[in-house]
Amino acid sequence: MRPVLSVHEVTKKFHQVVANDRVSFDVMPGEIHCLLGENGAGKSTIAECIYGFHRPDGGTISVRSKELDLRSPSDAIRSGIGMVHQHFVLVPSMTVLENIVIGTEVATAILDMREAAERIAEICRRYNVEMDLNSRVSALTVGQQQWVEIVKALFLGAEILIMDEPTAVLTPQESRRLFAIFREMCESGMSIILISHKLDEVMQSDRVTVLRKGKKVGTVETRASSKSELTNMMVGREIDLGAPRPRGVIGSPMIELHGLCAQGDLGTPALNGMTLTVHRGEIVGIAGVAGNGQKELFETLTGVRKATDGRVVFDGKEVTNHSPRDIQKAGMGHIPDDRFSEGLVPDFDIQSNLILGAQREPAFSKMGFLRFDAIRQFARDSIEAFAIKAPSAQTACRTLSGGNAQKVIVAREFAQSTKAILANQPSRGLDIGVIEYMHGRLTDKRDENFAILIASEELDELRSLADRIVVIFKGQIVGEFRHDAVDLERIGLLMAGHTGEAAAKTSVGEA
Amino acid sequence: MGDLFQETILIGIFAATIRIATPLIFAALGELITEKAGILNLGVEGTMLMAAFAGFAGSFVTGNTLAGLALAMVAGGLMAFLMVFMAATLKVEQVVTGLALNMLAAGMSLYLFKVYFETLSLPTAEVMPYLPIPVLADIPWLGPIFFQQKGLTYLAFLMVPAVWFFLYRTKWGLEIRVLGENPKVIDTKGMSVTLRQYGAVILGGVLIGIGGAFVTIGSVVRFVPDITAGRGWLALVIVIAGNWRPAGVLLAALVFAFLDALQLQIQGIGVDLPYQIFLALPYVIAIVLMVAKSRRGRSEAPARLGIPYFRGER
Ligand SMILES: Nc1ncnc2c1ncn2[C@@H]1O[C@H](COP(=O)(O)OP(=O)(O)OP(=O)(O)O)[C@@H](O)[C@H]1O
Ligand SMILES: [Mg+2]
Repeated sequence: MRPVLSVHEVTKKFHQVVANDRVSFDVMPGEIHCLLGENGAGKSTIAECIYGFHRPDGGTISVRSKELDLRSPSDAIRSGIGMVHQHFVLVPSMTVLENIVIGTEVATAILDMREAAERIAEICRRYNVEMDLNSRVSALTVGQQQWVEIVKALFLGAEILIMDEPTAVLTPQESRRLFAIFREMCESGMSIILISHKLDEVMQSDRVTVLRKGKKVGTVETRASSKSELTNMMVGREIDLGAPRPRGVIGSPMIELHGLCAQGDLGTPALNGMTLTVHRGEIVGIAGVAGNGQKELFETLTGVRKATDGRVVFDGKEVTNHSPRDIQKAGMGHIPDDRFSEGLVPDFDIQSNLILGAQREPAFSKMGFLRFDAIRQFARDSIEAFAIKAPSAQTACRTLSGGNAQKVIVAREFAQSTKAILANQPSRGLDIGVIEYMHGRLTDKRDENFAILIASEELDELRSLADRIVVIFKGQIVGEFRHDAVDLERIGLLMAGHTGEAAAKTSVGEA
Repeated sequence: MGDLFQETILIGIFAATIRIATPLIFAALGELITEKAGILNLGVEGTMLMAAFAGFAGSFVTGNTLAGLALAMVAGGLMAFLMVFMAATLKVEQVVTGLALNMLAAGMSLYLFKVYFETLSLPTAEVMPYLPIPVLADIPWLGPIFFQQKGLTYLAFLMVPAVWFFLYRTKWGLEIRVLGENPKVIDTKGMSVTLRQYGAVILGGVLIGIGGAFVTIGSVVRFVPDITAGRGWLALVIVIAGNWRPAGVLLAALVFAFLDALQLQIQGIGVDLPYQIFLALPYVIAIVLMVAKSRRGRSEAPARLGIPYFRGER
């Protein structure tokens, strides 16, 4: 069989940074081809070269043995290439329908939105995607926004579809649904280039090309390979995230929630009387499908969202509805789930983003003037500790790879918190090496008597890390498990809202 | 007798409101389309001024106001072309570019006027006639206010739904609105950002040009330096006060025009009120409206207004 797409010796430089160094690989018809590599390895860059978004400095890209001259995405689209970008390319203030319609053939001179809606609804039905076409994108969760991007790509009907970390913000169930869609597409002869850090997903592909520091390490048949071999190719050693970790000594309460209630962005109740205690030296994991109040819980705890009822006590002091700055100063760090819009100022450089919020601390400023030598030193240390791949501490954050931008936030919140860390989906988009490092740091902090609260959809991550797992459903804690009594099956049922029989067997916590 | 006197005054004020609103509506709609595409054209005043001059010159030379109007539209389009070339192709700071356009227009209109017209004593050009609409013009009150106006005035009011339809019901309008919110969407769908920016800004410039033409050949026989007298700046305020919506723009233009008409009338009667108050009033109202709106949330201001787009950016 002849490949549909051949990438041959493609090189792409951004000033000094060589993002891709003579990368070559082939994609066969009907194949799911994974690109795997550490954060900053050059996966997005090669994908964007294929999509005509970046112009390579060398090498060729051919479709069906015909060399392409890719000057803009329109050339790629014409050759049957489609792409879902790592960061959303959506208009938040417009409806889902408008976002999908734009630039497609259903966008006739005079728009017929009813006709367009029918055609899109048909695609949704065919691939079994549920979506409210008339809601504004800004009102959607990150997971829902990802589906908008996916339907956008499906609607364009490409022959070769590039998906840059589409599952990073999806729940495991949703990821499975996406893979079912992939399979269906491949059976009809389409090809998919998938970028993912989740090895479970990578193992479902047909072939994997591993990149490392911009260079290709190799292409392997997935069936003939294993997770550990792929990890080894990617980072040069073996890593097992699921390995059990030493447990800590649990102390007195640090964060106490008493019947906490709060509303979501649309004014509907998101937290319904949540009661939970996180102790010193304890990691509590929140298991739950995204959108069940995790975001609102973290925002209410950090003072960003108003609690409508109930109390928050932090380190013995009442902090309900205190300002975010007060709560942060009291020692609480927060890693939000929507990092690009909430955690970073993309146009600022790395060092400024690293001290954001702490700029008034004596360590970084003196009489209102910033102490740049101290800031630079701190930035260098953080960059080294978290292996942030960037030319210098003065690099603007928007030029960082997705995972590296995220490390900046994690590094900052680790450094600024003194008593507690709240993290919503902290390992999203991070490569396995960084996740391992972060887990190690979280355990260290726990051992330093921090209280740590983590929400994650990766149950394996929670099982390895957390001393206690609570299950959140519709803004309430519906189950609680000590680390030595974790029952993944029951957690799964509770996450899906099956309270009845499953809950009866579960020791419901303080609630 | 007293009633009749008041009635004519009131009708006069309202008819003047409609007339004064005409150039404001054109210019503000033009700026609205421009800003929806994400480009902040602060050169409205200058664009109107050049168009006002071009309209005058065209009408003077040919003796035909329609030729003047056509020339004014070309002038508006050319000014807008300069703006978009600097903003979209060279990616120069848009505020600076807009201000520079105003200075250019002030200098150039004066220069051209001096060179070609000053030698003539009191050059005058043909002015557009009133076009009363049969039957409707005879309706009491409404007739003299709305239907005894000039052709361009009727057109201005028709432009409001037309621009709304263009922006919200056609694919070009959708694309223009997306440009102002997130141009990367356009780029990643394989469509040219630059081409669309040129289209929107030049279309806007042509509308602003019609507004400029009304100031000369729509109203008076003569051209004097700085004849637009701040109407372009007012158009910018109208777009903000109208919350970037065609209907809002119409409403804001009418309110500001009414204030102006009132001011003229009060001066005419000889009431001693500093006219500067009326000049400042639109801006004060706009600020109050903006504050009120920001407290209620949801501004329709384009998210990427004034920010240039670069492909490599993430
Ligand atoms: N527009 C840009 N300007 C400057 N440098 C860039 C730009 N885009 C990417 N880079 C650099 O190129 C390198 C590769 O980035 P890329 O986004 O391809 O990584 P990635 O493999 O997708 O990583 P991740 O898993 O974190 O998304 C990084 O070092 C990044 O900083
Ligand atoms: Mg990437």
